[in-house]
Amino acid sequence: MNLSKILKNAFLVVMFGLIITACATKKSVKTTPTESSTAKVEETQKADPIEKLDALMQGDVYIGSDTVGELASGVPDRVFFATNETILTTASRETLRKQAAWLRQNSDVTVVVEGHADERGTREYNLALGERRANAAKDYLMTYGVSSDRIKVLSYGKERPVDSGSNPLSWSKNRRSVTVKAN
Amino acid sequence: MKNKYFFILIFCFFFKPLVSHSFVEIDITRGNLDPLPVSVSPFFSDNITNEKIKTNLNIDNLGLEISKVIENNLRKTGLFNTLDKESFLQKPDIAHLKPRFEDWKLINSQVLITGKVTSKIINDKDYIRIEFKLWDVLGAKMVDGFSLTTVPTNWRRVGHKISDKVYERLTGESGYFDTRIIYVAEEGPKTQRIKKLAIMDQDGFNTKYLTLGNELVLTPRFNPTNQMVTYLSYFRNMPRVYLLNIETGKQEVVGDFPGMTFAPRFSPDGKKIIMSLAKDGNSEIWVRNLETNIQEKLTDHPSIDTSPSYSPDGKYIAFNSDRSGYQQIYVMKSDGTKVKRISFGKGIYGTPVWSPRGDLIAFTKLHKGKFFIGVMRTDGTGERLLTENFYQEAPSWSPNGRIIIFYRETKTDDKGQGFSAKLWSIDLTGYNERLVKTETDASDPSWSSLLGN
Repeated sequence: MNLSKILKNAFLVVMFGLIITACATKKSVKTTPTESSTAKVEETQKADPIEKLDALMQGDVYIGSDTVGELASGVPDRVFFATNETILTTASRETLRKQAAWLRQNSDVTVVVEGHADERGTREYNLALGERRANAAKDYLMTYGVSSDRIKVLSYGKERPVDSGSNPLSWSKNRRSVTVKAN
Repeated sequence: MKNKYFFILIFCFFFKPLVSHSFVEIDITRGNLDPLPVSVSPFFSDNITNEKIKTNLNIDNLGLEISKVIENNLRKTGLFNTLDKESFLQKPDIAHLKPRFEDWKLINSQVLITGKVTSKIINDKDYIRIEFKLWDVLGAKMVDGFSLTTVPTNWRRVGHKISDKVYERLTGESGYFDTRIIYVAEEGPKTQRIKKLAIMDQDGFNTKYLTLGNELVLTPRFNPTNQMVTYLSYFRNMPRVYLLNIETGKQEVVGDFPGMTFAPRFSPDGKKIIMSLAKDGNSEIWVRNLETNIQEKLTDHPSIDTSPSYSPDGKYIAFNSDRSGYQQIYVMKSDGTKVKRISFGKGIYGTPVWSPRGDLIAFTKLHKGKFFIGVMRTDGTGERLLTENFYQEAPSWSPNGRIIIFYRETKTDDKGQGFSAKLWSIDLTGYNERLVKTETDASDPSWSSLLGN
């Protein structure tokens, strides 16, 4: 009788221990990958296009000339952005300096800078992102002598893509800000 | 407020519900693999009524049509198996008077719904009186019922009200059938979409377009207390939050803000609108009181703060922000204090929407190139992903908090063709995913609360 009782208790203690360890391991498994989650997202989003499309994209910023129009002769109308980014690349800054120079020469012209995002984000966030991109371009134009009252910004979020494709190249063309004459 | 949508006459419960413990009940907290067999008998109507309705509505058999509305509602819940009318042995009029329960047992029906339509003339105007009864076949007794009188054009709503009563009686939860969905109707190529506000009954009928498509419109949301809607319009290329009265068609800009306002939602009491203001490259969350016209900034951070949604008690606000580097979900008190991040899983999180029950937050998640609709507790624990696809977002809750409606976009082919946007619904259980039929492509759905009488 006593022996069986002891065995029973021992069994219960062991089981209890197992359950606790099981719980503990589960928890640690859950928390470790969480740390690197954002970094991974970044990786998967940026790694994809590089392989095939390096002629048209640098990182995931579009560097081709398809869809690019002109604000004036020899002055490209748009600049492109990396996924979720609002930073102006070297090429973008060059384009914007050309725009600023032309706008300084044509002081009666006012413009709207339209900010756009690709389709891989929620609608409302993309509206904010488009506004941020348009303002990045506007700020740069202002740095190069265009007064702020000549530049309006308008975010379209992901509502007005130029390329209807669902692939990294199309998305890179859609992540843009376009300077449009308003008068 | 009174107009043709509202019931002109009484909504009277003349049958006293008998509380019965033996009565069939359904547990809707898990995926239902064994739907309850229900028979919806065609509602009976006499010849005079039939002729009247034929002239008024051009419908041959209104009683049959009403039973189909109910049947369709119940079947789409996934909780009920509506039995084929061909198998019914008993005629509608006799079944409504006193069913022969053995006949309904024979076809394995556990629940029977019967009814009667009668035309009436009140003050020289045509009305219909619709009577319905809910029967427990195994218990061999009537368990619920009501009758109501209304204008003939309201007949579908009567079907929805009956469905709500049946659902409520069988599941113990309030229904969601006598409701409407406002959404954005979409047409045209992906690069030049024409978007209009549209509203329809929850089951896809009675679609009406509320704007003409001249300007871009986005994200309509219902006021939970009445039939007002707030949305984003690009009227005159000035993206601003608007308020629209869907009964009168009157619309107005909300507030006077020095930049784009977007992502609007009502407070639970319907007296405030919470939204984002984007200015100088920064989006912050603002609230505007529609009664006092006082507007107030709630967040103050150089990151993007948007997609705010109140808790049903109005004490908290969930929103998404990229202050950590990527979009994540945060909760703060409704005065803007005590901001706390709640999403910590893998991926990017957006569009938090507080459940009408208060215990869950629905969200959109992007992870490894896929979009998910999921739910989590309000402290961020218990994350559950309900559905995965190429692109989907914008969850909106049914008023009873059991179903989530959202929109889904397809991937285009190599030539950029094949784009579509559709509304879908899924149960909180993760089961019963369904395409919600719309006349055109559709996005940004918002579910109304139960309509009044």
